[in-house]
Amino acid sequence: MSMLLQLLGLLVIAAGAACFALGTIGLLRFPDTLSRLHALTKADSLGLGLVALGLLPFAESLGEALLPFLAWGLVLLSGATTAQLIAERARR
Amino acid sequence: MILDALIAGLVLVAAGWTLAARDAFAAVIGFVCFGLLLTLAWARLGAVDVALTEAAIGAGATGILLLFAVVRLRGGTEEVAAATPSPPQRIAAGLLAAAIGIALALAVMLLPDPAPSLAAPAMAELPAFGLGNPVAAVLMGYRGLDTLLESVVLVFAVLAIWSMAPDRRWGGVPGPRFPRAEHGPLSLMARLLPPIGIVIGIHLAWAGADAPGGKFQGGTVLAAMWLLAWVAGLAQAPAIASRRLRLVLVAGPLVFLAVGLAGMLVADGFLAYPPAFAKPLIVLIEAAMTLSVAAALALLIAGPPERAA
Repeated sequence: MSMLLQLLGLLVIAAGAACFALGTIGLLRFPDTLSRLHALTKADSLGLGLVALGLLPFAESLGEALLPFLAWGLVLLSGATTAQLIAERARR
Repeated sequence: MILDALIAGLVLVAAGWTLAARDAFAAVIGFVCFGLLLTLAWARLGAVDVALTEAAIGAGATGILLLFAVVRLRGGTEEVAAATPSPPQRIAAGLLAAAIGIALALAVMLLPDPAPSLAAPAMAELPAFGLGNPVAAVLMGYRGLDTLLESVVLVFAVLAIWSMAPDRRWGGVPGPRFPRAEHGPLSLMARLLPPIGIVIGIHLAWAGADAPGGKFQGGTVLAAMWLLAWVAGLAQAPAIASRRLRLVLVAGPLVFLAVGLAGMLVADGFLAYPPAFAKPLIVLIEAAMTLSVAAALALLIAGPPERAA
């Protein structure tokens, strides 16, 4: 059972890594600031969330399981905020 | 192995990119990327304390300091041109830096195998301090003098920044005044993040006795939280003439020095701890130093006084 869950976890982490890769491609290839920000924040928010989710089957305690989610929450907050701030500047 | 080679290569690319960047802003971004990659390298080497310090001070605090400098330099083109070193000076500085880098690299490459190490004796003495983190024991116990001088250097750095101000501004409020952000993302983050960040900063400083962390890492996080509230206009910088501000700034070095001098009376000498009180004394110094590091870093970034109190 735990083997199966860990395999599932690895798949979810791979999906998260794919989000980062796609976000990076978007950052490099998209034509303007706003679309580049769009690509970047998707990678951060979704990618890191998937990685935190995929790490769940590997955690040995509740605290260890929750820690990546705390980091994810902080990244969500700061990533979304800085993206908004840069976008405000870019549109001016 | 592949991962390590990749990180090492990326560190070199980031360093080269930073040096080659034509625009000062781009160079700072390159420098921050360089610092974050270096953080990964330290973490891969198992030096988590150094990795945390590199992330907090090397990339974070220094990055913000340089960004503020870039913004300030946009004002006076003539002054900047007058103070910019000439090409021969730059080449000389580059050659000097390269020579030091090559000498350091040679020194590391020529180390005998296994490299000489004091790790085993340091670990053996660890219980005497009541500490679980050998890095903290080295910084506070065996090499306390270095750490004391480091803490004093921070105060001198703040004094050097303050003395950039013209005489009529002395004692005034440092840095620009930011408009109060009532709505929008910055206002939200400056209200949501500090309660979490203050807990994390204190935790980092407190955990430093037994796990990676310590006063510099924790103090940097605390300084970052104040800077966030300051940039959002929610907190005002105190005037540099403020007695309380100056007390916070020197509290760490003063407590450190007082404990060190007391060691001459009740223990074996300067900066020696009486065995029964080693842990509480070290925690006391670390607590005072955390406050002082936070104040010093925030003041370094806020800059010289720019207007009357």
